[in-house]
Amino acid sequence: MNREAVRHPGLNLGAAHGRDDEAAERVMFGFWVFLMSDAILFGMVFATYVTSVHATAGGPGPHQLYDITSVFVETLLLLASSFTFGMASLALKYGPGKGRLAGWMIATLALGIGFLALEVHDFTAMFAAGGVPSRSGFLSAFFDLVPLHGLHVAAGCVWLVCLLGQIARYGLDTQAKLGVMRLALFWHFLDIIWIMIFSVVYLAGLA
Amino acid sequence: MSAPLSDRDQARRREFHSYVWGAGLALVLTVVPFALVHWGGIPRIDLLVTIGVLALVQLLVHFRFFLHIGFRQKREDLQLILFSALLLTIMVSGTIWIMASLALRMTLAAQP
Repeated sequence: MNREAVRHPGLNLGAAHGRDDEAAERVMFGFWVFLMSDAILFGMVFATYVTSVHATAGGPGPHQLYDITSVFVETLLLLASSFTFGMASLALKYGPGKGRLAGWMIATLALGIGFLALEVHDFTAMFAAGGVPSRSGFLSAFFDLVPLHGLHVAAGCVWLVCLLGQIARYGLDTQAKLGVMRLALFWHFLDIIWIMIFSVVYLAGLA
Repeated sequence: MSAPLSDRDQARRREFHSYVWGAGLALVLTVVPFALVHWGGIPRIDLLVTIGVLALVQLLVHFRFFLHIGFRQKREDLQLILFSALLLTIMVSGTIWIMASLALRMTLAAQP
């Protein structure tokens, strides 16, 4: 049960991966710096939303626009995708082969796309109910915050497809391994941002 | 040859359980606030506090079980995360405080 040294926050590849594990240390630290700066960006957009939540200017508010059922399903999809990406990380670390890793990555991609589709459906419903970004300060702040997260998820999906292509073409080399590990951090980070969004925006808005 | 293999299997099982625990706890911490908001019946302030506390707990669960952050990190990693958390707290709470105070004073000034 003696545990190996922790080289960086996140699932470590472990000594069995030799040089790849050593290479991870610096790259993962750099990616953490990016994640933390992204967290500060999101924090400020959250602060903007909270300060303008009452600025509905006579337009539709949370109770007219938010659909709790849809948000609940989105939350479950994203949580499930975090779990499937965790399984992908384990498949990367322990194998065997790259088939299992690719399978979990494709499952994650499907869940991510499902999330995005539902979110687009939500926004369309909001537009139909008169909730457009130019209607009020509240709606401007809303469409600053929630689609910013959606954009991150979309970027994560593109990144997933790129990594799948990279693995198919070049196999599981150091670059591909480090790519999957960074995307894993990014994906779990986006799920954490979503916890804040469903709590601060949707649940607090409907409470 | 068989000893390191079993170590590896143990580590694998431990890490798999970490993800399962994380997903299970996160599921509970998600379903409870949604159910409370959906069925209502709780005073608004209590509900807001509950949502906030559950969100923070779920944040910690994700950090612990999905991002594997514990007290065994290297010093600079922990410093990076803690310093970012400090910056976030100062900037977000400062912004909300100043803007809420401003809004309050504007409405006070508008009254005769």
